[in-house]
Amino acid sequence: MADDTILKLHKATKAFGGLLAVKDFDLELPRGSLQGLIGPNGAGKTTAFNLITGLIPTTSGSIEFEGERIDGLESFEITRLGVARTFQNIRIFANLSVLDNVRVAYHAHAGYGLADSLARSRRFEKKEAELTEKALDFLSIFKLADIADEEARNLPYGQQRRVEIARALACDPRLLLLDEPAAGMNPREILELMDYIHFIKDRFSLTILLIEHQMRVVMGICEYLTVMDFGEAIARGTPKEIQSNEVVIEAYLGKGAGKSAAS
Amino acid sequence: MELGYLIGTVAKMGALVAWIYGLLWGLSRERKWQKALTIVAAFAVIQLVILSRVGGLALFSAFDQGLLFQAITMTMVALGLNLIYGFNGQFSLAQWGFYGIGAYCAADITYRWSNGDASGLVVAGLGVMLGAAALFGVGAFLKRKRGVPVLSAFTFYLIAIVIAGIVAARIGQPLAASMKSGFGTADAPGALASPATMQIVFFLAVVIAGAFAAEASFIFGLPVLSLGSDYFGIATLGFAIIVKTLLVNTDTILPFPEMKGGRGMIGIPKLLPFANAADGEASGFQVALGAWTPAWLWIFLFFVLALVLIRNFVRSSTGRAALAVREDEIAARAMGVDVAKNKLLVFVAGSFLAGVGGGIYAHYMGFLSPGSFDFIAGFNPLIVVVFGGLGSMTGSIVASFGWIFFLEGLLRVLLGQLGTDAPSWRLVLYPIALILLMLVRPKGLLGTVEWGFLKAEGASRIRKKAAAKREGD
Repeated sequence: MADDTILKLHKATKAFGGLLAVKDFDLELPRGSLQGLIGPNGAGKTTAFNLITGLIPTTSGSIEFEGERIDGLESFEITRLGVARTFQNIRIFANLSVLDNVRVAYHAHAGYGLADSLARSRRFEKKEAELTEKALDFLSIFKLADIADEEARNLPYGQQRRVEIARALACDPRLLLLDEPAAGMNPREILELMDYIHFIKDRFSLTILLIEHQMRVVMGICEYLTVMDFGEAIARGTPKEIQSNEVVIEAYLGKGAGKSAAS
Repeated sequence: MELGYLIGTVAKMGALVAWIYGLLWGLSRERKWQKALTIVAAFAVIQLVILSRVGGLALFSAFDQGLLFQAITMTMVALGLNLIYGFNGQFSLAQWGFYGIGAYCAADITYRWSNGDASGLVVAGLGVMLGAAALFGVGAFLKRKRGVPVLSAFTFYLIAIVIAGIVAARIGQPLAASMKSGFGTADAPGALASPATMQIVFFLAVVIAGAFAAEASFIFGLPVLSLGSDYFGIATLGFAIIVKTLLVNTDTILPFPEMKGGRGMIGIPKLLPFANAADGEASGFQVALGAWTPAWLWIFLFFVLALVLIRNFVRSSTGRAALAVREDEIAARAMGVDVAKNKLLVFVAGSFLAGVGGGIYAHYMGFLSPGSFDFIAGFNPLIVVVFGGLGSMTGSIVASFGWIFFLEGLLRVLLGQLGTDAPSWRLVLYPIALILLMLVRPKGLLGTVEWGFLKAEGASRIRKKAAAKREGD
């Protein structure tokens, strides 16, 4: 593709009444990059994710995915175009088996209609078997195949995160949005997660944008960072640059803190 | 007498549950002939039991048969509601309304037919088909025109279906009149009134009633399903009340004088009469084949069809999406599930089953009263569904049987032995039993357990099957 920007936000704005949760937010993601979106609590990071995935409509501005406008589309349509996400507080289908969690993601590409399933046609049998086999292969990539029949709510926290990421990847995305993947994880799990993110990025040739508070993750794996505060991008740069950026330190720690932190 | 009756009823209920278990187990077999054999055997068993007499007394008296019949119609309504509430997570009280709509729709068709008037069948059949075409047409149109708000879409659908209805009435009535000479009239009944034709008309009427209820649920569900679950529940309560009110006023504000409003519709042909239990005086065991009627054939057919269809629906990609919507709507949207469409589809499917159940019910009773479709009675299927286990098809079936036999069979008759006031105690004992059961098993009788045919295939079983297939090759 000539244009190698996979996602482009131009002056994206979201107003909740008088509050501008996201204000004139610009973002460009080159294909194959791994970028981070950071900022203090309430800075509008998750809202930006919700705008990209269409869970809430934009007030103004535009969002382009692979050169096509996606703002105004329904979120399920955006997912089908190739944008998948995970959630800050895990939103797994708790009472479904791990296998079914993944199979739900194949719904749009099931390849059979309602009439096929009601009549159990040959087409249904064939496609359903294919789909299940695909899901099981998929689970074995993530070493989740052994617990495929387990109900998702019975899994430990770290595994639930992995199931959620696996489920998002089953949507066959080219862009993956991870909302605080390391939240609530201990240092060992965080290290595993970082390996895991690298692994899926290479394996599925993804572009990844992630929100994270754990500086170890952000500084460890992100190639480029955008810092948000009060709905606006206040700084951009490599992790090194951001670490010494005075505006950022001010946003996190308050005015005057920059000097003492720098010294 | 009381103790004997108690033991008898419990034994019958147990036998029926075992029968259901056997049916579901047989249907879960791999080969087609095994499934077919199961269906035939299950039907043969139930039919034989019904026709059996021991010492001149039927094993299943007319009263017991009535209970069994009620249990099966309740199963259909409850399965539909479980689909909506248990599998899709949309709390609905409208199910009983669709049951009423189905009952009156089917009853009107066969009532008119038995009185030498084909207009009910022709107009309703035509209306349902035109209505479906109109809905699909508008749907395709709206799909091309993106971003139409729900209420505008609703207006389009409503206008389309009203036009379809008017057209069906305008074309259907003369069409039916022109067919009259061919079929005979009330005075000189021709093919119209022959018992065989009647059975076919009955089948068509039930299917049309289901489709009619489904289309009504589409129009109602489209704007209302976008509400959150609790608000949706209140809206469905409103729908149930509207249906009841309309049924009370069928002869005044609706143009159906034959439904006789609040006085109740009488003269519906009883197409599902049960084998007469009193005939046969011989002592010892006897099968009264002479008393056979097609009633159980129909009821069994619809029962199995409902089981198969609902299982095929739930155990498909659409069914999984419905479950995902129940678990977490936002996550389902993020997984590429069209939540609005999925909810509407499930709602329509569930209402279809309710409509079919109503259609069957009308032809057993031969009499319909709007009072039976009061929204208070609408809590019955809800109780059955919660009682059996939300999200368990088996639970709904077993709870329907248990509920009917417990409430109607056991308590009413048992307490009836005690005196005239005693039957009122039934509605005290029954809620106590309900509370106790919910305390002991908060997830319902069966939780999410499924039997045989209705079970989901887990990964381990799928792997085993695939391995067996590979070995076979």
